[in-house]
Amino acid sequence: MAPPVLEIDSLTMRFGGLTAIDRLSFKVERGAIHGLIGPNGAGKTTTFNVVSGFYEPTGGAVRLRGETISGLRMYEVARRGVVRTFQHSTLFAELSVLENALVGTHMSFPPNIFAAMAGVDKANRRAARARAEEALDFFGLSGLADELAGELPHGHQRALGMAVALAARPDVVLLDEPFTGMNPEETGRMMELMVKLRNTGVTILLVEHDMHAIMGLCDRITCMSFGRLLAEGNPQEIRHHPDVIEAYLGGARHVA
Amino acid sequence: MHSSVTSLAAILGLGAVLLALPHALSFSQQEILVFLTINVLVVASYRLLTLTGEWSLGHVVIMGVGAYASALLSKRLGVYVPVSMLLGAVTAAMVALALSFPLFRMKGFYFLIGSFAAGEIIRLLWKRFRDPFGGPKGIKKIDPMPDFDIGIYAFDFFEPVSYYYLALAVVGVSLWIMWRIERSPVGLTFHAVHWQDRLAEASGVNVRAYRTLAFVLASGFAGLSGALLAHYIGTINPNSFDVEQMVFVLTWTIVGGTATFYGPILGCVVLTILNEIVLREAGFEQMRPLIYGLILILSVLFMPKGLESLVRGALSWQNARKKKVGETQATE
Ligand SMILES: Nc1ncnc2c1ncn2[C@@H]1O[C@H](COP(=O)(O)OP(=O)(O)OP(=O)(O)O)[C@@H](O)[C@H]1O
Ligand SMILES: [Mg+2]
Repeated sequence: MAPPVLEIDSLTMRFGGLTAIDRLSFKVERGAIHGLIGPNGAGKTTTFNVVSGFYEPTGGAVRLRGETISGLRMYEVARRGVVRTFQHSTLFAELSVLENALVGTHMSFPPNIFAAMAGVDKANRRAARARAEEALDFFGLSGLADELAGELPHGHQRALGMAVALAARPDVVLLDEPFTGMNPEETGRMMELMVKLRNTGVTILLVEHDMHAIMGLCDRITCMSFGRLLAEGNPQEIRHHPDVIEAYLGGARHVA
Repeated sequence: MHSSVTSLAAILGLGAVLLALPHALSFSQQEILVFLTINVLVVASYRLLTLTGEWSLGHVVIMGVGAYASALLSKRLGVYVPVSMLLGAVTAAMVALALSFPLFRMKGFYFLIGSFAAGEIIRLLWKRFRDPFGGPKGIKKIDPMPDFDIGIYAFDFFEPVSYYYLALAVVGVSLWIMWRIERSPVGLTFHAVHWQDRLAEASGVNVRAYRTLAFVLASGFAGLSGALLAHYIGTINPNSFDVEQMVFVLTWTIVGGTATFYGPILGCVVLTILNEIVLREAGFEQMRPLIYGLILILSVLFMPKGLESLVRGALSWQNARKKKVGETQATE
């Protein structure tokens, strides 16, 4: 069997006295849509922050194709093919939609200051622009390319966040609640795009509270609570898992 | 196509005006024009530094590093002055690179304070080490720019007009380079680092490296402006680059506004004209720091986006009017 693309191994993250992640372990298979769910404050975003290199874990390790990546800086993790989006719309609000996507192409088309001054980077710029436009097109944002990102409606901002991430052509994307602020119709369209994306070979790790979306999309789901692993399985197993139901009822949320 | 022809015409027109300008001025006004030209490079390079979001209080001292380096290289080692100026710029950039290691561990307010402290340490070194920096008295009798003849014009550098043309050429080329950098993917990355460093880093941008790059480039151009200054005035000392000068640079930049390339340049030009015409003529020269402080506070309160916002407002008003005129003509 192929090794997992991403392996979270006994990961622990403490903030002072608070243990946000407690010896969490799970594996993400290549080409899967893998859900990470749990009640508010379970530690999902913190897990993303550790995997993406924003925090250095207190203990344990994150491995990408067998290589330990925990402790690397965020841009170093990104350069190994793991790109994330943020829970709260995090965009370059003062830049245009196209410019946002262009920043996403940074790794594939690294800027060169000498070439830029000499004006010999035209081909590179054109290729970056084509890539950025392709990413916008994929998320249906082409018509908004010249708008300021900060002035987009919320649903479009979420989509742009994903476009910036995917303009980098990552192997693994970490999406933190990508469907918040979208109406059911938009969510439906996004779900189709997620499947399309997975079919191009991208591995998706998805944090989402919309249970309909999670159950409909994921091949495998990891459920955590208070920083610990609670259950893991396919959507059917998770939906009927007594601990999961318990955790969500305790957290006053319902599993669909 | 049409707009590039218009902007080419605008640039040529501006060039012609700038070339003719000193001939309409008195000798002392010509001297001021030289300082103004050099200061334009200082503020433009300062804006390059602020592109990634960090504001430094050491910029004028870095300018001084370029001035000292070029002065010493030409005086002590006999380096040909144009070459020593470029080496002054390189020295300033190198010193900035060294400073970036401690400074970019800090952000925002701490960076501001750190940059101030670093600048004061450099000024202390100049004061402390009489050899080679000349102590508090600084360096005197700095080699002037050697005269030369380019066929259509003979440069005589005891004439401010000649030095003005030299400074104009150097500053013009520098501005052009900075403009190209800002409009390139490198410039876009600077903006990205400024507005959302987390997202930039998640996109694979080495944020620290880009902050350093902007800092080093800006310092190089500041060093060049310092070298231009040193070989014009002929003497420099630690007080030529003190915090009062930094306050002027800050005031020009903030009053002009940092959102556009021309904002700080506009601030520098307008305030210099104001200074020379209003303050000097009216005999208020002594109160310059006080008046600058007042202008700074008033502009932050009433014009937070700077003079450039007035220009943009005027332009969009004019465009709207043009459109309206066009529409009425179309309906007629
Ligand atoms: N930087 C930090 N410093 C201190 N505590 C933190 C920090 N980041 C997260 N926490 C704490 O860690 C716990 C897990 O938070 P996290 O944001 O990972 O939860 P989550 O599962 O993403 O929740 P939600 O569904 O609400 O987004 C919370 O108790 C939170 O307060
Ligand atoms: Mg979260």
